Amino acid sequence: MNRFVRLGETDRPAVTVHVDGAPVEALEGDTLMVALLSQGGVLRQSEFGPEKRAGFCLMGACQDCWVWTESGDRLRACSTVAATGQRILTSQPEASWPNHA
Amino acid sequence: MAEPRIIIVGAGPAGTRAAEACVQAGVRPIVLDEGRRDGGQIYRRQPDNFTRPYAKLYGSEAGRAQALHETFDTLKGAVDYRPETLVWNISGGQVWTASQTYADTLPFDALLLCTGATDRLMPVKGWQFAGSYSLGGSQVALKSQAVSIGHKVVFMGSGPLLYLVASQYVEAGANVVAVLDTAPYSARIKALPDLLAVPSVLWNGVALTIKLKRAGVAVHNGIKPLEIKGDADRGVSGVRFRTRAGVEQEIACDAVAMGHHLRPETQLADLARCAFAFDPGTRQWLPERDGDGRSSVAGVYLAGDGAKILGARSAEASGRLAALAALGDLGLPVDKGEMTSLRGDVGTYAKFARGLAKAFPWPSEQASQLPDDTILCRCEGVTAGDLRGVMRETGAKEANRAKAFSRVGMGRCQGRYCGLAAAELIAAEADIPVEQVGRLRGQAPVKPLTIAIGDDQ
Repeated sequence: MNRFVRLGETDRPAVTVHVDGAPVEALEGDTLMVALLSQGGVLRQSEFGPEKRAGFCLMGACQDCWVWTESGDRLRACSTVAATGQRILTSQPEASWPNHA
Repeated sequence: MAEPRIIIVGAGPAGTRAAEACVQAGVRPIVLDEGRRDGGQIYRRQPDNFTRPYAKLYGSEAGRAQALHETFDTLKGAVDYRPETLVWNISGGQVWTASQTYADTLPFDALLLCTGATDRLMPVKGWQFAGSYSLGGSQVALKSQAVSIGHKVVFMGSGPLLYLVASQYVEAGANVVAVLDTAPYSARIKALPDLLAVPSVLWNGVALTIKLKRAGVAVHNGIKPLEIKGDADRGVSGVRFRTRAGVEQEIACDAVAMGHHLRPETQLADLARCAFAFDPGTRQWLPERDGDGRSSVAGVYLAGDGAKILGARSAEASGRLAALAALGDLGLPVDKGEMTSLRGDVGTYAKFARGLAKAFPWPSEQASQLPDDTILCRCEGVTAGDLRGVMRETGAKEANRAKAFSRVGMGRCQGRYCGLAAAELIAAEADIPVEQVGRLRGQAPVKPLTIAIGDDQ
């Protein structure tokens, strides 16, 4: 089930982001976080516990909302604008930043 | 003499007013801001293609928000504005910046740090579950993206923002099920003499509570948070708390917005080697400054909530005042009369802020009462029990030493969200005053950087 609930500003053109290979419909101006959590409940798996995570501060301070591009770049979902053509992974691809602690 | 090099970090209320003062004095400052747009967090601007009017976004502060944004818009041609730019270090008289693809070092004659604030958090058992958000984050979701953080939202913690954001959610049509305030109502009565320093803001606060109750939102004062219930996959399913009367209650929800007022982002002041002092009123270590915003380091000035939490109105005044101080110190003519009047404004807001700290106290005692299985460090899942164990084994009683052994404060957020609670827990456990625990040292980079970043265009 979706986590975020849209309360307005819904009259915007659609964009399509691919998340873990599957298309996700979002609206132009959405952050990646809003794009993902308007469709689903979580962003990623915690590396240190059993629980899934969905971000926390939304202002680029906590780094809880990291996702990755297929080429291995790390993005903060809360401060990256969603755009058609993006291909996002919710788990860290191999051979990227080695120290994710 | 060549034009002085003035760098302003932050484009919120303090940074914008500082930039305006520089431009009026004929100087073109560099304005470095992490945001995609100016405005900072409290006056955060929505994306260009959003259409909600100011009154809807900022309520009673709409006029101030609009004035600030319009000021920045008119300054754009007269300042070297660099959005989406992180300042990650200050050393060797230079500011070290990074954007998505580009890194730079910038020397300065005067540096104005207007770095703003983040939420102050007291951990609650279960706050790691998906659906727990910082209070400020819940406001960003609404203001900047027009979304609610959940289908049934509980606001839990304390501070003026608790009531403000809850009522903004109600007004926007979100389903707010409860506002749970750890501060007892009696604290607000005691704080009245100070709060009357700015009656209009006090009245705004009272009106918010009335509005929430009229909307049918359950409002509880003097509560103690016990647990955010949920499971690993689906996230938050409810909150459990103790009422002021001592009764345990549970409320079902799928989102919790939590926070206890704010804490300043002081890492850059620390890296610039500014002296810090313990502030007993807020139980925080703050960078020292004189009445105009001069830090202990020549050429480094501090303004707005990044120096001390005094609110957005104060930030506009202290930003301008610090810029005038810097311009004067650089030998440029400044209006001494205006500086005197700004000092008066800042003093009034300081009195009001003291009132807020009394009305919505940081519940420091809760840190020592956290059960051993409560996660203290959300980044790496380190529990209160882990930290207590480390203290027993190593005798660590100092914040940085305890961090080294336990990793509390070493994760992705670099201690922003666990550091203050961890210090309180250590102090209680070691039976020492919290100021003796010290403070986590600022470390460069102040936020994680990408290794792929180049050092030139």
